Amino acid sequence: MTGAAVTGSVLSHLDALESEAVHIFREVAGEFERPVILFSGGKDSIVMLHLALKAFTPAPVPFALLHVDTGHNFPEVIDYRDRVVAAHGLRLHVASVQDYIDRGVLRERPDGTRNPLQTLPLTEKIQSGRFDAVFGGGRRDEEKARAKERVFSLRDEFSQWDPRRQRPELWNLYNGRHAPGEHVRVFPLSNWTELDVWQYMAREHIELPNIYYAHQREVFRRGDMWLTAGEWGGPKDGETVEKRQVRYRTVGDMSCTGAVDSDADTIDRVIAEIAASRLTERGATRADDKLSEAAMEDRKREGYF
Amino acid sequence: MISTANMISTAVGGIDTLRLATAGSVDDGKSTLVGRLLHDSKSVLADQLEAVEHASRSRGQDAPDLALLTDGLRAEREQGITIDVAYRYFATPRRRFILADTPGHVQYTRNMVTGASTAELAIILVDARNGVVEQTCRHAAVAALLRVPQVVLAVNKMDLVGYGEKEFDRIVEDFAGHAAELSLPGFTPIPVSALAGDNVVERSAHMDWYTGPALLEFLEEVPVGADPADAPARFPVQYVIRHGEVRHYAGQLASGALRVGDRVTVHPSGETSEITGIDVLGTGVAVARAPQSISVRLADERDVSRGDMITAGVGVPVLTKEVRAAVCHLADRPLKVGDRVLVRHTTRTVKAVVKDLAGAAELTANDLGRIGLRTAEPLALDDYATSRRTGAFLIIDPADGTTLTAGMVEL
Repeated sequence: MTGAAVTGSVLSHLDALESEAVHIFREVAGEFERPVILFSGGKDSIVMLHLALKAFTPAPVPFALLHVDTGHNFPEVIDYRDRVVAAHGLRLHVASVQDYIDRGVLRERPDGTRNPLQTLPLTEKIQSGRFDAVFGGGRRDEEKARAKERVFSLRDEFSQWDPRRQRPELWNLYNGRHAPGEHVRVFPLSNWTELDVWQYMAREHIELPNIYYAHQREVFRRGDMWLTAGEWGGPKDGETVEKRQVRYRTVGDMSCTGAVDSDADTIDRVIAEIAASRLTERGATRADDKLSEAAMEDRKREGYF
Repeated sequence: MISTANMISTAVGGIDTLRLATAGSVDDGKSTLVGRLLHDSKSVLADQLEAVEHASRSRGQDAPDLALLTDGLRAEREQGITIDVAYRYFATPRRRFILADTPGHVQYTRNMVTGASTAELAIILVDARNGVVEQTCRHAAVAALLRVPQVVLAVNKMDLVGYGEKEFDRIVEDFAGHAAELSLPGFTPIPVSALAGDNVVERSAHMDWYTGPALLEFLEEVPVGADPADAPARFPVQYVIRHGEVRHYAGQLASGALRVGDRVTVHPSGETSEITGIDVLGTGVAVARAPQSISVRLADERDVSRGDMITAGVGVPVLTKEVRAAVCHLADRPLKVGDRVLVRHTTRTVKAVVKDLAGAAELTANDLGRIGLRTAEPLALDDYATSRRTGAFLIIDPADGTTLTAGMVEL
C-alpha cells in the first residue's frame, strides 16, 4: 500500500482520483444497508476492489462481490477472480447466464454474443440479494452515453435507468436516498480514464490477469476483431485460426471482446501503447458497443451496467 | 504549438487536474468549442472521429461537425440540443482536465449550477455578433453565486465579425460592467473562433492585436486552487472503521490540515480530544491536507459517528439550527414556505422546515433565491464564501429522496 506524502499544496491527479473514489466507497458504507461490488476480474473492477480495500483498512471490506458470469469468460479471468476472493476472505455471489439459458428463460443469440444477456441475471440477483447499492467500474470517458452518468445513479425496481430521473449531483454531496426495491448504482471510477486506470495499477503494483499483456494466442478474424477460438461459437465456416501475439485492452465475454496485436508484455509498455493509441478501448475491442449509435443508452435504460 | 518546456508541476508525484465548466448555448458554438478542445488536444481518437464523420456525412454536412463529439443521448441528437451535464476528459502533457459541459438554455440553469459546483474555472461563451445577452448575465451570476475562482469570457465567432478588435473590446467592457455588479472577482477575456480554430489551442494568425494566451494555454497555466494553507481544518466524519478495540474515524478533509498532536473539537457535541494518529489509506502520516481521504485516531474514547465534524485550530464553524442561504432550485416540483424537508450538509442529514423564501411564495425549477430554514438538529456551518465544501448543502424531499435545491450558506 502506498500513501501520498504531502509536501506541496496540490494532490497529483492520481492521488486526487484515489481520494475521491475512497470518499465514494465510504459514503456508500455509511448510507446503505447491503452494498455489493460488481466484480468481473476485469481491470476496472480490480481497481475498484483495490480502492475498497484501501478505504476500509485496517478492517476488511464491508461489501460482498457479485459476478455476472456469461459462461464465456476467459479461464484466466475466472482463476484470477477466485484467487482474489480467497486471498481477501470476500464473499462472492454469482449470477449465471448459462443457468438462465439452461432453464429456457434466456435464448442464445445467433451471433453467440452473451453480453446483452447479462441484464436479466444481474437485475434478478440484485432483487433476490436485496442489494441497495451496486458498485460498477463504469467510467464516463468510455462512451458518450456514459458521459452523463452520475456517480450515484438511481435505478427503479426493474433496474431501469431514466436519464430524466437522475438527480443533479453537486459538490461532493451524493444523494443515495431511494424507495424500497429501488437501488443505486455507484461508479467510483467515474472521473478516471483508461490511462489513469493503467497508471494507477502501475503505481500500486496491482496484479492483473495475464491476458492484459502480450501473449501468443490462437485467434481468428471476425469483422474487424481478433477473437479467441472456443466452444462459445468460433471459428465458423470461412474463418481460420492463426497464432498471433496479442493482448486484451478490455476483458468481457469471449464472443464480443477482441484482442489487439501487441508486443506490450509489461505494464510500462502497455501504458506507452495506450498513450499512443489512436483508438478508444471500446472502439478497438468491443463489438457490443458498436451495435448502434444508441446501443449503450438503450442497454443502460434496461438495467445494464 | 504549445511549448511543453519547463514543465513544472505543483502537484506532488505527477501532474495536477483542473476541473472546469462551460456555459453558453448551442447557438454560441459551445459544442463546437468543446469539440475543438478535445480534437485539437488530440483527445479524440480515430474511432470517435470516424463516427462523427459518418454522422456528419449522413446529415449532408461536408465537414465533420465537431459538436457531434459531445452530443450523447438520442433525444439530444434528435432535438439538436444538450439536455444534461456531460463530463469530458482531456489532457495535455502539462495538465489533466475534467470538463463539466453544461447546456446553456435558460431552463437549464440548474445544470450550470451543478457543473459549476465542482469547477475551479468557468468558461462563459458569447457570440461576437450578439455580444452580452441576458443569458450571459445569468451565466455570470451563477459563476459568482457558486464562487467559481476563475472565469474566462470566450468571445466566439470572431471570424464572423472580421476578427475586429473594436467588437471584442466592446463586449469585454460590457461584460465587465455586469461582472462588477455581480461582484465577480475578475475574468479573463479571450477572442476565439471555435469553428476556424483561432485561439482555442493554437494562437490565431488573424488577431495580432490580441497578445494574450490561447484558451488551452490559459487552462494549462492557471493556478489550481489548493485551499490556502491557513484554512481552518474541517473534517466531516464519514464512517467509523472499527478494528479490534481501535476506532478509526474515516473521511475526506474538506479544508485545511490536521496533524498528529492537534487538539480537536467534535461538533455538535463540543467535546475535545487530541489526534494520536493519522492514516492515509493504510500509511501513517504526521500531517494530512484537504482533499485527502484519511482516517484519524483520537486520544479519548469519544462517541464520534457519521455526521459529526472534527475541527482544529482557530476559526470554529457556527453551530446553529437557523440556516440562511442563497439557493438554486433544481427540481420540477416547487419549494414552498412551510415545506418539511431534509438538509444534507457534509456527511450529516437532518430534518428541517422552510421558514421563509425572502418574500417569494415558492421557488420553481432554475430559480435563484434566498432561504431561511430551521433544522431539527444543529449543523456546524461555514460561510460558503470561505468554504465551498462546508458551506454547501442540499435540500431533499423526504418522501422520495428527490434532490430539490442547492444551498450556499450565508452566515
